[in-house]
Amino acid sequence: MAKKAKEVLFDPLLNSNPIAVQVLGVCSALAVTSKLETAIVMSIALTVVVALSNFSISLIRDRIPSSIRIIVMLTIIASLVIITDQVLKAFVYDVATQLSVFVGLIITNCIVMGRAEAYAMQNEPWPSFIDGVGNGLGYSLILISVGFVRELFGAGKVLGISVMPLVTEGGWYTPNGLMVLSPAAFFLIAVAIWIMRTINPTLVEEK
Amino acid sequence: MEHFLSLLTKSVFIENMALAYFLGMCSFLAVSQKVKTSAGLGAAVVFVLAVTCPLNSAIYHGLLKEDSYFLNGIDLSFLNFLTFIGTIAAVVQIVEMALEKHAPALYSALGVFLPLIAVNCAILGASLFMVDRDYHVVDSAVFGFGSGLGFALAIVALAAIREKMHYSDVPAGLRGLGITFIVTGLMAIGFMMFGGISL
Repeated sequence: MAKKAKEVLFDPLLNSNPIAVQVLGVCSALAVTSKLETAIVMSIALTVVVALSNFSISLIRDRIPSSIRIIVMLTIIASLVIITDQVLKAFVYDVATQLSVFVGLIITNCIVMGRAEAYAMQNEPWPSFIDGVGNGLGYSLILISVGFVRELFGAGKVLGISVMPLVTEGGWYTPNGLMVLSPAAFFLIAVAIWIMRTINPTLVEEK
Repeated sequence: MEHFLSLLTKSVFIENMALAYFLGMCSFLAVSQKVKTSAGLGAAVVFVLAVTCPLNSAIYHGLLKEDSYFLNGIDLSFLNFLTFIGTIAAVVQIVEMALEKHAPALYSALGVFLPLIAVNCAILGASLFMVDRDYHVVDSAVFGFGSGLGFALAIVALAAIREKMHYSDVPAGLRGLGITFIVTGLMAIGFMMFGGISL
């Protein structure tokens, strides 16, 4: 059991990463990564929601009639997201305003629905919870690395602290304007996918 | 009239759902293998967005917001997410049943995509933007229709590129998903030129 739990937790980091391999939850990954801070807050919010929704859906999985399961899941997830949103607005208001609609969009984030459907409906609550945490971490891994690269090269900063002083402020670094723009997130995720598939060639798609 | 036209142009091109806000990316990437299927999804998105956006707007202005029409003084706006997603799921279900009964041809064309749409972030996203930007009911009908059109345009264009890409020699690790990301990124850069238009 101990080993299995570990697998469930760490598998989504590389081998079945939700963003790069399962192609779930891409929308928010692209939109909130222009700064490291928003990426981190978003990652935490999503991990919490996935873990808790997996846990609660798994608790009542035998009682959900399969014909209305989607709407039951959506209700559970939406309630969790409302709580998350209220907590974010109460404690980190600035970041919550920057994330704007994307906190709400966790509801339709395919990672949450996908894991509920694919894992929580068939498994015990505790492994489902761990699966949720694992997938949340896999998502966070991509989000935080993309956020880090974009903020570092786009603004010369990490978490708002200047690392490479900009030319405009008397330093030496000319910021790369592309990194601040949203298409950069696409290119960086493509690179992440490329790296993962080079490490693990079984993931390469058929031509 | 001019106001609506500029809102429409803005939502189709400048604030394109898929390429400027990256909403609905999951289905955008998954259902863009063939032009025909992606056109089907695009049409379904236009349809559902044009219905749900004004409906959610009416509910929001009538019941949920603080100085609402029917429940003045009670702030229910924290129920936004739950209400919107409920409306969307219900509308999708109703639309599906109505189409099956009254327009079987359209139903078989859109069929498989309709249920998918309930969890498409572009649909919920449009409703949330509508609240964020304070659109009233007619505004949001135009906005919903325009956003849907923008999404359809983008997904058909991407599918066309991907069909042609069958003939190219892509590095093994980038095949499929990776190269699609890069193409979408380039398309997004292309769409950014619309950003310079001020209406």
